Amino acid sequence: MTSAKPDAQLIASAESSAFLDFFRDSAAIAKVELLKVMRDPTEVLARAVQPILWLVVFGEVFSRVRGIPTGSVSYLAFLTPGILAQSVLFAAIFYGVAVVWERDLGIVHKLLVSPAPRSALVFGKAVSAGFRGVIQAVVIYLTVLALHVNVRWNPFSIAGVVLAVMLGSAIFSTFSLIIACLVKSRERFMGIGQLMTMPLFFASNAIYPLALMPRWLRVVAVINPLTYLVDALRGMMIAHAQTLHGPLINLGFLCIVFVGLLAVATRLYPSLAR
Amino acid sequence: MGTAKNVAMDPAETLAHSGDSYAIETFDLTRRFGDMTAVDHVNLHVRYGAIFGLLGPNGAGKSTIIKMLTTLLDPTSGTAAVAGFDIVKSPGDVRRRIGYVPQLLSADGALTGYENLNLFGQLYGIASADRKRRITEALHFMGLTESANKLAKYFSGGMIRRLELAQAMLHRPAVLVLDEPTIGLDPVARQTVWERLLELRSDYQMTVLITTHAMEEADALCDALAILHLGKVAAVGKPAQLKDGLGPGATLNDVFAHYSGGTIQEEGNYRDVRQARRTANRLG
Ligand SMILES: Nc1ncnc2c1ncn2[C@@H]1O[C@H](COP(=O)(O)OP(=O)(O)OP(=O)(O)O)[C@@H](O)[C@H]1O
Ligand SMILES: [Mg+2]
Repeated sequence: MTSAKPDAQLIASAESSAFLDFFRDSAAIAKVELLKVMRDPTEVLARAVQPILWLVVFGEVFSRVRGIPTGSVSYLAFLTPGILAQSVLFAAIFYGVAVVWERDLGIVHKLLVSPAPRSALVFGKAVSAGFRGVIQAVVIYLTVLALHVNVRWNPFSIAGVVLAVMLGSAIFSTFSLIIACLVKSRERFMGIGQLMTMPLFFASNAIYPLALMPRWLRVVAVINPLTYLVDALRGMMIAHAQTLHGPLINLGFLCIVFVGLLAVATRLYPSLAR
Repeated sequence: MGTAKNVAMDPAETLAHSGDSYAIETFDLTRRFGDMTAVDHVNLHVRYGAIFGLLGPNGAGKSTIIKMLTTLLDPTSGTAAVAGFDIVKSPGDVRRRIGYVPQLLSADGALTGYENLNLFGQLYGIASADRKRRITEALHFMGLTESANKLAKYFSGGMIRRLELAQAMLHRPAVLVLDEPTIGLDPVARQTVWERLLELRSDYQMTVLITTHAMEEADALCDALAILHLGKVAAVGKPAQLKDGLGPGATLNDVFAHYSGGTIQEEGNYRDVRQARRTANRLG
């Protein structure tokens, strides 16, 4: 090669289809993220311990109390989708730490200098978070199997749960990335992450129905994406569970939230390199 | 490698680059942070095939210029053309034509050398078969063949820098932008980086823009230099010209001291502390 001109073919292919580029680059990002999880799964597995405790300890105890009206289903069955959604939230909300880390390392800078669409860099991370969320779902299913909770085992129900879990993980990890872009430091991020999770969790229908909430909290719960994730999971996982909306409305709402967050994150991500 | 032919001096070749004669040209490039002007109306011209050095004390604005040229940062005013494309109007075209090595050593420690390169090969749209070949070639060129399947976290500083260079050359950029490529490297590793850069230039006619504090580096490597001080270009020219301009027997060190004034110490200390802290954060 004796020309300073960049590879003509390379440039042509890069300009040919923005749409294909988006998916190719998202896949490339998601793939390395998953590779890293498989190589060192300790973090993901550690995050799976907490939901088991919630179901085994909190769930069993509150089932005996019988203080929370859950219709015709047992409290443990009512709680299971809530704890799955919670574990999805807790696992995804600290995702931004890794992004701050990549910024300190200069990796973000190199990604941003590449011709990859910025939306693909962000979307790829969300997809990998989605797959990590599925690991949480597997842990929950194994736990409820051991606890003999009555969940639906038909393939459509499970496929729907996997979809909702991926969508929820994508939402909260992208939200986390947005926070990382705003605070840009690990210490501040950890503080804010801690601050966000509990209110999101308690202002949702994860461990008690909306009907039990004071009015002001219900207002928060109705705009909280976690509520829609819990409701979607509850409808698909548990037979005869009472839900607020049908699965299409729940998943549709989650999709809209995700697209909105993706747009914001795509705009903010380049500010990490400034 | 003996195949070097000086493209930059050949007018016919230069015309081949969409009519413009410079690989990098800045037009009153300016960047402010608040009321601090980090880069102040900088006008630079870098010929195709040249190795151009940006020198200056800590805080002179070197990295800020580099960030603007690599489209990471928007200029406050003015603009620049890189490989014939405007950094503000056509950032995507610029990105496809440049390779970049940031100031901090940066490789993903959780991935192997090969995987680090493969990720970027994919993001640059290099097709699979071609990509494998180029990665193998680049690893070999940088002397990393044996370490290809080792996690980058076990790499030494010199190895990471060579891995970054391998990554930056994968897509055969017209312009290679390196922010302090030899900072923190031992003399042998530094020498290796210089040699590889000279070879890259002669093998692929890449234009190379580097920033550095090291005078011997500028002297040994650069065809032309700009000395920055407080965001402004204090002097520009070939190393020999700059030295001669100061009088017989002047060294590049003298040139640097002459143009960057007496404020180096003060600013240098502050910035060095920040730098050290950033490095410490990264390791801790
Ligand atoms: N994001 C930022 N926000 C505010 N000020 C900044 C920012 N980036 C750089 N600066 C300031 O701009 C000036 C130029 O910084 P720059 O990093 O370009 O210097 P440099 O020549 O690369 O120095 P060094 O040799 O230490 O790398 C410095 O005073 C620095 O503090
Ligand atoms: Mg710098």
